[in-house]
Amino acid sequence: MKTRVLNKHPLAIRWFHWINFPVLAVMIWSGLLIYWANDVYNIKTGHTVWFHFFPKSFYDKYHISFRLAEGMSFHFAFMWLFFINGLLYLLYTFLSGEWRYLLPNKHSFKEAWLVLLHDLHIRRSAPSQLKYNAAQRVAYTAIIIMGIGSVITGLAIYKPVQFNYLSWICGGYESARIEHFILTIGYVLFFLVHIIQVIIAGWNNFQAMISGFEFIPPSTKETKNGKSVEPENIGTTKA
Amino acid sequence: MENQWNQRISEQPRHNANRKLIIAFIVFLILGAAAVYGWQVLKSQPTDNGALKPLRKVLNANEKLFTSTFSNKLSASYPTTEAVSRVRVNGNYGLKDPVDSSGWKLNIVRSAGDTLKLTLEDIKKLPKKDVVFDFKCIEGWSQVTHWSGVSLKELLKYYHLTEQVKENYLGLQTPDKGYYVGIDMQSVLHPQTILAYEMNGKPLPLNQGYPLRLIIPVKYGIKHLKRIGTMFFSDQKPPDYWAERGYDYYAGF
Repeated sequence: MKTRVLNKHPLAIRWFHWINFPVLAVMIWSGLLIYWANDVYNIKTGHTVWFHFFPKSFYDKYHISFRLAEGMSFHFAFMWLFFINGLLYLLYTFLSGEWRYLLPNKHSFKEAWLVLLHDLHIRRSAPSQLKYNAAQRVAYTAIIIMGIGSVITGLAIYKPVQFNYLSWICGGYESARIEHFILTIGYVLFFLVHIIQVIIAGWNNFQAMISGFEFIPPSTKETKNGKSVEPENIGTTKA
Repeated sequence: MENQWNQRISEQPRHNANRKLIIAFIVFLILGAAAVYGWQVLKSQPTDNGALKPLRKVLNANEKLFTSTFSNKLSASYPTTEAVSRVRVNGNYGLKDPVDSSGWKLNIVRSAGDTLKLTLEDIKKLPKKDVVFDFKCIEGWSQVTHWSGVSLKELLKYYHLTEQVKENYLGLQTPDKGYYVGIDMQSVLHPQTILAYEMNGKPLPLNQGYPLRLIIPVKYGIKHLKRIGTMFFSDQKPPDYWAERGYDYYAGF
């Protein structure tokens, strides 16, 4: 019996994706060990503090306290893996032409809302797509820009004299530290949404990030959930 | 673009695709297990001065890299009006004995058995230099602070220590040897590095290192040794209090 498959993710992209995951996890964990030593950030309006980064219970649960030196040693070693993996990913994405399926086009920002409405079950049909839908294009491109931002703000904190122009771009040393922190919170939020979306999208979509290909259902003229399943629109679910 | 995308669709025997899928998952699981194992091996490595050995190696490699790209770029300067009046005090290592203000001298070891001894008056005779910069603690906070003293580079030149500054490092110790740091020579000779005897235009307070402390804007606060007793030159890394406790030896910007 024959089956049709869509070769969705090139091998290189899968390597970059799965290397980035544990490396970023180590960067966030070691970053927490560093942040603990001067944990001054919070969300407040007027004099009311709504949330302090981070509560003692959080530090206790993950054994964060009194580990600044250890955190720095991990952070300044694994930063190389994060940087090199990210750089190779960027080079590959642009040289291979894969960027055409990734970067938002002129319709993406408008369509991203339609995708969101569809995902929230407010709108029946989703806009047609190739590899990624409009919301994915916006989200995945944003996360790349955030990665570049983490390198820039990180260097501005790490070597504020040698890279004084980076500190200046970031609005100074202390601003760079806040920006570096906010980007990290952004990764955590991205991760949570990403996991939920991958679960909703289902097995066929998930396994493509490991095997590289998606199975295309046998009937191509069928209409499912108001989504037309034309060949050019197939195997291209979210997440 | 759609055409190119559609070229990625291929037809193949179902069992073929299934086999590829299974192989991909086996490889994925093996690599995942290898990553977990590698992490555990890393965490169980012996330590070198408080840091896991492989990580210490990377810290030292980072030091080499950033030493090679070092330039005499200045730490950003601020007007004195921006300096804070309540300067943070973060540590009193090496300051536990009462200070011997009449007997204090700065000892500069020129060579074994040959020590130059300077009084505060000797030091104050040299041109006074003000440094107003963003003092950065390794914990993550920073403060704009104002210090005055003598350029360390000028002092070393004035006392003809030209041969000594060809060594790689300068070691500094408190009089009781309770706190000690080592600093690479190019940071020692940086134009903003001073031996400070004043803070905010007044003599150094006791808890800020009276009578004389190091101010070195291209380094974290841990290197700004208070109450200097002895300075010496060395080609090897001199002992460093926090580097022995897991921190990066270089700790520079």
